[in-house]
Amino acid sequence: MSITFTLNGAAQTLDAPAEMPLLWAVRDLAGLTGTKYGCGAGLCGACTVHVDGEAVRSCLATLGEVEGRSVTTIEGLDPEGEHPVQQAWREFNVPQCGFCQAGQIMQAAALISAKPDITDDEILAGMEGNVCRCGCYQRIVAAVRHAATGI
Amino acid sequence: MLSYLPEDLRAGPVRAAETLAFATLDRRSVLLGGAAAFALAAFARPSAAFEPYPTGASGMANGVRTDPLLFVAIDAEGTVTITAHRSEMGQGSRTSVPMVLADELDADWSRVRLVQAPGDEPKYGNQDTDGSRSLRHHIQPMRQMGASVRLMLERAAAKAWGVDPASVKVAFHRVEGPAGQSADFGAFAEAAMAEPVPAFEELAFKDPADFRYIGKGEVQIADLRDITTGAAVYGADVMLEGMRTALIARPPVVGGVPKRVETAAALAIPGVEEVVELKGSIMPAKFAPLGGIAVIATNTWAAEQGRDALEIEWEDGPHGGYESAAYREEMEAASLNPDTVFRDQGDVPGAFAAAARTVERRYYQAHMAHIPMEPPAAVARFEDGKLEVWAPVQSPYTTRTDIAEDLGMDPADVTVHVTLLGGGFGRKSKADYATEAARLAKETGKPVRVQWTREDDIRHSFFHTASVERIQVALDAEDKVTGWHHTSVAPSILSTFAPDGGNQFFIETGMGHVDMPFDIPNIRCDNAKALAHTRIGWFRAVSNIPRAWAVQSFAAELAEELGRDQKEMLLELIGPARVLDVAASAMPEDFWNYGEVYDEYPIETGRLAAVLELAAEKAGWGRSLPEGEGIGLAVHRSFVSYVAAAARVRVVDGVIRVPEVHFGLDCGFVANPERVRSQMEGAAVMGMTAALHSGITFEDGRVQQSNFHDYDVVRADNFPEAVEVHIVEQPFSVHAAGVGEPGVPPILPAIGNAIFNATGKRLRDLPLGPTI
Repeated sequence: MSITFTLNGAAQTLDAPAEMPLLWAVRDLAGLTGTKYGCGAGLCGACTVHVDGEAVRSCLATLGEVEGRSVTTIEGLDPEGEHPVQQAWREFNVPQCGFCQAGQIMQAAALISAKPDITDDEILAGMEGNVCRCGCYQRIVAAVRHAATGI
Repeated sequence: MLSYLPEDLRAGPVRAAETLAFATLDRRSVLLGGAAAFALAAFARPSAAFEPYPTGASGMANGVRTDPLLFVAIDAEGTVTITAHRSEMGQGSRTSVPMVLADELDADWSRVRLVQAPGDEPKYGNQDTDGSRSLRHHIQPMRQMGASVRLMLERAAAKAWGVDPASVKVAFHRVEGPAGQSADFGAFAEAAMAEPVPAFEELAFKDPADFRYIGKGEVQIADLRDITTGAAVYGADVMLEGMRTALIARPPVVGGVPKRVETAAALAIPGVEEVVELKGSIMPAKFAPLGGIAVIATNTWAAEQGRDALEIEWEDGPHGGYESAAYREEMEAASLNPDTVFRDQGDVPGAFAAAARTVERRYYQAHMAHIPMEPPAAVARFEDGKLEVWAPVQSPYTTRTDIAEDLGMDPADVTVHVTLLGGGFGRKSKADYATEAARLAKETGKPVRVQWTREDDIRHSFFHTASVERIQVALDAEDKVTGWHHTSVAPSILSTFAPDGGNQFFIETGMGHVDMPFDIPNIRCDNAKALAHTRIGWFRAVSNIPRAWAVQSFAAELAEELGRDQKEMLLELIGPARVLDVAASAMPEDFWNYGEVYDEYPIETGRLAAVLELAAEKAGWGRSLPEGEGIGLAVHRSFVSYVAAAARVRVVDGVIRVPEVHFGLDCGFVANPERVRSQMEGAAVMGMTAALHSGITFEDGRVQQSNFHDYDVVRADNFPEAVEVHIVEQPFSVHAAGVGEPGVPPILPAIGNAIFNATGKRLRDLPLGPTI
């Protein structure tokens, strides 16, 4: 079936089953590969995108669920790639292998947008669902704090 | 399927490969280069600035290259293109190795672009990105090639200006002559690259004090911007025209074969096009695919549904009885009857016969899977008798020759492009997934992407071995340790490569077993057989993990037994500062030493003690701590580096937390301290995960874990929150040593010892579990 939604600000129509996970629709059909597959079960956060501004695991969300809604992937977070979270990630040299970082950045951007005066405990709790096997957590937390508070 | 794809993806060959080949440099790097521009470097003859030394690089397959024409190109605009020939998996080699060349060339890093080499060792020399070797083996060739191109530029300019070449000097991406002549690299690019390549003896090298980038830690990783914008290309991100996606149902037991397969339901799924059987393999099969049933579909979702719809009855074969609990009992029993002695210094039976008392402990570690965040994935295309593969692999030339052999092709007809690796940790040295993609591309005639799910990754790994380490010591009447007997039992990595004899081999015994550096007169290191029933592979730091766990836990237990301070006990065991004499220590003739010439990278106990003192001091060893807190120490030499960890643990309602870790690190000369720190921070996290969580178990030959819910990792809500890395600064003459792996081994016993100091509970079995 044909499903229309907004993808990174532009109308997108995909001819695919409504139950197809959003992750595979975005990657295989829309061709945007910045969103990563890490577990397929909502356990690692590598596939995090925004649906109407909220962080969503795209491996669990389906294409049908986003019909008529607005989906933002890492490619569309900021037109110049200069979202404060992206800037903070560079300033703190967060990534090692980088594979989980799109999901981390999308999670962090939604987190601080919902709560600009976020505390450290809220950062830890808010980022808990995003796994980084390289172990960049120390810098992730510092970068989120910096992006939110300038500290 | 094509109707799904936007225009630019249909065009082929690959948007992805181009993105990877020509890295975008971050703006910040540009600024840094500019800021450093005014300091002019002085160059000296080799003896003063760069005393060359032999490394294990020459002993690696296909050796090492020093021909700058293979690695450097300069164009008329002055852009310097450097070939990155090591695989990038988060350790930073893709940046740090070319950065060394750029610095010695006195190039402006902001005008350097990187090209990732395909797997071609006859051309580039060894590319096996493994064993913490990238900087260790390539810092010298990179300096040499940088200095060579610098001299070639000077000679080309001297000819053009008609002046004495000795009067021409390179100065930060410019060539300058005696009468004020000055030109950008680009002006002499063509002429310079046509100059003969100078001999090493002709070269002058930068005084390390003049390095712009080396040792500074200010150059950011080349892929930073792409990583933060989603443009970075990993294995699954390569998109080819007409590409299909394959998921494979692999035998749940190694060596199993499908007895009966029903494919009708799978083929009925919209988007599923074909079902293909892949031939299996029986150990030892090196990195050959496990075989199974592949479902080929127009997209990943269809392939996944198709695979779920397969009905397969498996014949398990000889390993269907593998059961972890029973296997542990077998290893425990075997540890009482060692059959092969590797090191026998002094008279161990005599020491035990004469002992006033003995202390014995046994330590266990379960299997582990690497679980890089990027599960295995690879893309292949077979066209006109040629095969092209894009894959996240640690050893692309091995992948290329393995694939050629598997498909009966000439390696000249196989190309392996290296994408970024979303983590490797040893898993991606074994590219069975790339061979799967190659077979399917050839069989179907269509470009194919093989995607492993997380469940596939956890169930079909090349597992870190399971092990029992039994340590006994003999003590005299004064409580001095007079005898040390360490029996190691673990199925060997060798079983993946050769018929399994059950004993460990020199590479495994060389990782914390026979090279145990304690100052004890009588030492025996031996082994008992353990046959492998799954694919055993190497995992970041390999056998060092169970050995450091055992030896460093034991040292703390001995202190407890003798009523001694744990640090003092450990220092006493390490003994006076000395270079271990291999012959006098009765080390085996095939003692590995990580492939290095022993005299260049000897075991130096003074460096071991120094990093221990450093970490302990920074952690405040001996200070009083709140109830439920403890600091644990551990120190271990691996990959010819010396690393100590002091971990502070807090146990709250039984939950183990690690609020602070201090590393003392001596890895010789450091090229990129910023990436060294990030590797150590990551090692603390991976070490904590291994300590608390990582246990793969088998029942009926099948892996019992499947995803992060039952094979969890350390997360942002409980990780080593403050990791401080204290690096012992060393000059270039103290040879660069390993960094990627050696941070991991000391973390586990440091945490175990800290738990004991916090709670009085001594834990000897890995994983410990998240709570006690």
